[in-house]
Amino acid sequence: MTSRYINLSSEGEVGILTLNRPHVLNALNRELMLELVTELERMEQDDAIKAIVLTGSEQAFAAGADIKEMADESAISMLLKRQFAVWDRIDGITKPIIAAVSGYVLGGGCELMMSCDLVVASDTARIGQPEIKLGVMPGAGGTQRLTKAIGLRKAMELLLTGDTMTAEEALRCGLINKVAPVEMYFREALKLAQRIADQPPLSVRLIKQAVRKAQDHPLAEGLDYERHCFHLLFASDDQKEGMNAFLEKRTPQFRGK
Amino acid sequence: MYKTILYEVSGGVARMTMNRPDKYNAFTGQMIAEMTAALKKAGKDEEIRCIVLTGAGKAFNAGQDLGDVQGADAQGAEPNHGDVLRERYNPLIMQLRNTEKPIIAAVNGVAAGAGVSVALACDLRIVSEKAYFVNAFVNIGLVPDSGGCYFLPRLVGLGKALELAMTGDRVSAEEAYRIGLANRVCAAEQFADEAERLAVKLAALPTRAIGLIKRTMYKGLDMNLAQTLEHEAYAQEIAGNTEDHREGMQAFLEKRPPEFKGV
Repeated sequence: MTSRYINLSSEGEVGILTLNRPHVLNALNRELMLELVTELERMEQDDAIKAIVLTGSEQAFAAGADIKEMADESAISMLLKRQFAVWDRIDGITKPIIAAVSGYVLGGGCELMMSCDLVVASDTARIGQPEIKLGVMPGAGGTQRLTKAIGLRKAMELLLTGDTMTAEEALRCGLINKVAPVEMYFREALKLAQRIADQPPLSVRLIKQAVRKAQDHPLAEGLDYERHCFHLLFASDDQKEGMNAFLEKRTPQFRGK
Repeated sequence: MYKTILYEVSGGVARMTMNRPDKYNAFTGQMIAEMTAALKKAGKDEEIRCIVLTGAGKAFNAGQDLGDVQGADAQGAEPNHGDVLRERYNPLIMQLRNTEKPIIAAVNGVAAGAGVSVALACDLRIVSEKAYFVNAFVNIGLVPDSGGCYFLPRLVGLGKALELAMTGDRVSAEEAYRIGLANRVCAAEQFADEAERLAVKLAALPTRAIGLIKRTMYKGLDMNLAQTLEHEAYAQEIAGNTEDHREGMQAFLEKRPPEFKGV
């Protein structure tokens, strides 16, 4: 099966997924989301891929959900379709996902960005959850992930006004990791992904899971999970290699085992 | 297509003339909207490699046309100066800043109020000896706006900026040059030719690099050294990939003048 709305490529051990519905500024329709999640899961299984970059175009990462597709829905038809169930599968990806965003990062686009682990934005990015202007509200995690990322006050302001943030503002409130000129943001995201792809994969995976625990679970539970993960890594070859290389003052060769 | 400005393009230069000479080219809502739209268009047009802003007749720009904001509207509401700025002037100033091409204010005559601010928001100011600047806001109990409080202290230093803004004193062309508010001053007879010469010169230079210089320097006003160094590295990486850079290097090695294309 080839994807209609997702372009695939790779650069070394980094898989690259590019949203490609340019005529509608990458509006996220159901088909696109299903394709995206399918490709993410395929990369999850692909041993040659160590990190994933998710991007759109300079003009738009994604301008939102596909409004045309939703305008005539009823509560029951939405419920039966389980519109957002496919989104939950993004959380099952254990490889790090780096969003490279530019232009419009709105509504579903912002929610998709927040589903990623790291974000590099172009200085032209406009980020926000403007659903309120359409008489609805975020439905793919916007109220939850934005609040966890930037805190209650700031999230409340953005969600209740529908205002957008510049990339600089998003950086200041911790929603994104880095801002780069529009000509460079993708390269910067790729560089970051490549650095992470060079790290010992088992550590990467368990760190990602443990950090997520920190956000969604009580501290005691998170600490317990962290300790288990820490102990678990001592069963890996990479732990032996990493620590031996440190003691022998040489560069470690990690093998993901 | 524009009613309050003249807009003409030739030889890579866009010439934008504020054209309400009977009102000393004072700003109306329509004029600001037309200027903003024309700048946006010029910014996107790859043929255009320099933009010149000047005034028709004797004045550069006398600031806000007070007739255009005075009095209550149909619902009886008094005009709100803050909203006028947010809706009209601020987008124009941001557009001047964000257009990555050199923008020259050819200050042919008096610039007052927001007319001063707009001249300051341009990248370079070439000034006729007959021109002068008046930060007139304080004379009617107002505050420099449209970037006046941002650009003036950065161009002339805080002390002088406060003096000019607080007194509303007139600044002659000579004085403007002395304090760094004007880049060049010319005799009135040569002014148009000199402004044109400068525009043509800038339009022949590597436009992408100039755009990146503009972006990086203005950004530097809000950044510390480490951040600015990082942005210089970005800008250099981008500029290093332009055709004009390759042409510049090639011409240097071949000991001939470069022919930049703006890409």
